[in-house]
Order: sequence, then structure tokens, then C-alpha cells
Amino acid sequence: MVTLAINILLWLVVGALAFFAAMRGRVLLNDGARDGAIEFFLLLPRIGIGVVGSGYIAEVLPNALIAPWLGPESGLLGVAIATLGGALTPGGPVVGFSIGAAALKSGAGAPQVIAYSTAWALYAIHRLVMWEVPMMPARIVWLRAAVSLPLPFIAAALAMLLGKP
Amino acid sequence: MTEPAPPRRRRRAFDWSTAVIALLSFAAAAAVYLRDGREHFLAILVGDLTLFGEMLPKVLAGCLIGAFVTLLLPRELVARWVGHESGFAGLLIAVLFGFILPGGPITIYPVAGAFLAMGADAGAVVAFIVSWTLIGYTRALVWELPFFGSDFVLWRIVAAVPLPILAGILARIAVKAGFARAEGD
Repeated sequence: MVTLAINILLWLVVGALAFFAAMRGRVLLNDGARDGAIEFFLLLPRIGIGVVGSGYIAEVLPNALIAPWLGPESGLLGVAIATLGGALTPGGPVVGFSIGAAALKSGAGAPQVIAYSTAWALYAIHRLVMWEVPMMPARIVWLRAAVSLPLPFIAAALAMLLGKP
Repeated sequence: MTEPAPPRRRRRAFDWSTAVIALLSFAAAAAVYLRDGREHFLAILVGDLTLFGEMLPKVLAGCLIGAFVTLLLPRELVARWVGHESGFAGLLIAVLFGFILPGGPITIYPVAGAFLAMGADAGAVVAFIVSWTLIGYTRALVWELPFFGSDFVLWRIVAAVPLPILAGILARIAVKAGFARAEGD
């Protein structure tokens, strides 16, 4: 039900945006449709490899090791370990999401996985070094990194409060 | 003052991150095949391909929304808007644009830099970057959904909504307390 509702909503948004683009000219409509389609086909292999791969990686991860450290019962320590792991994970979205999904499938708790992906999103070392440091004033980079410190913990806590989906 | 158009990233279908994951996946798949046999190997493949297939319409919608928003919403206008707002409303607008603006780091950080140039405060810029990072819809639709499914992603995003606002407020407090002050402040 949720999936269908999200699909309908998304495609209504696509329709509305395409309509606005068409109002501003045929060229804009064609450009948007082409750019979006190209992006989609270029992303497909990467997402496909990650999604299928994370299933197999989850199978070979030692469940007995994951559950006590990152499982639902691991509590704050698990969240802290996940946060540290997320901040130290190098690489793009394929890496971060594959590892997160594999951990979830092999017994990690949902709040712990949320802490992992939040920390990874906020600190992903290679994005920080390759993009943020060269493009932003240093004081903003430090400020952003400093105020982001509590966020993975708060995200995990809020997720626990909201309860499992 | 005009902001130069952000450089377009040359998109590739493959990169080093993907190569590493592909290698790990291949090794793991081979191990599963040898350890658990063909049936279990196929069950995992079918299960994950089904999830992937169910998410494809959303991924395509996410790519199209991103492409149209990029064309319809000039970044300079956004920068001017955020730059001229202040107070709590300024934070909220920055968070909203972090959610709306599509693109990867190469397009987002120049926009954040333009906010500063247009007079936005550090709190709004921090809120914008954190918002794009944690609740940006393109990343959630295109990347996160195929891996985790709708329920998990919705749940994570609901829990993440207050975070960019909180980060912006913390940044303002830190700046007031003398941390990371711009020269000449």
C-alpha cells in the first residue's frame, strides 16, 4: 500500500514538473526527460551490483559476531560502534548503502544501521576531503563537522522512539 | 553578482567504489554457492532482484524529478533567497532547499558557497548541507530505496527531519560563542 502510494505521488510530481517545463518550451521538456533518463541508465548497474551484492555479503557475514555488537540489544554501545564505522567508511553511496544493507540483513538493529548511515552520510571521508574542503571556507567545514557530532546518536534515539516500521 | 553555472559532473556507470563492492559481492556469492548450494544462491538472487525491480519506477521518478528541478529552479535564485532570509525562517528555508535541490557534492557545495556570498549566515549554510546530506530526496529515492525498501527509508527520514534544523541552531550558538568566527567579525 505504502509502496503504491509513494509511486503514485512521485509520478504525480514528475507529471507536474514536466508540465511546468513544457509551459516554458518544448526544448526544456525534452532536455529534462533526456537528462533524467541518462542519469537513470548510468546509475542502474551501480545500484544493481550494490543491492544484489549486499544480499550475498550479508549471507557470509558472521551473524554470531554482528548480533552482539550491532544487534537490537547492543544499545548505545552498538550505536557508538556503528557511528564510528560509518564515519570511517570511505567511498561513494554504493559502498555506504551496501554495507548498511548487508549489516541489517545479517542481524544488526535498525537504530544501529540508521546511526551507521547517518554518520556515513555526514562524514564520508572521501567526500569531505575531495569536495567539501576544497569548495567551502575552512571555518564552515569545521563548524559543520563539529555540530554534526551528536546527530547520528540523536537519529538513532529518535528512530527508537518512533518504533520499528 | 552572478554565480557561474555549476560544472557538470561527467557521469560514469562505473567507478572504484563500485569495483570494490562488485569484487566483494562476487567473492561472497561464490562462497554462498559453494557453502549452501545452488538453491540458496538462487533464492537470494531472486529475492534481491525482486526488491531492485520493485524500486526501479521510483528510481526513475527520482532521476526525472532531479533533472526537471535542476532545469526549472535556477540556483542563483535559490542562493539569493536563502542569503536574504535570516532568523528561524532562514534556517527553515535553507533546510527546505537542502531537501529540494538535486545533485551530488559537485553541485551542492558551490550552491552553499553562493549562499555565503549572498549574505547567509553560517547556521543556514550548515543547515542546508546537513539537510541535503540526510533528507535530500534524490539520494533517498535513487540510492537508499533499492537497498532498504520504502518502510525503512520513510522511517529513517522521519527520524532525520529535525536534525538539519538542530545542526543549524547549534552552528549559530557555536558562532555566537566565538567558535569559527569569520575574520573581521
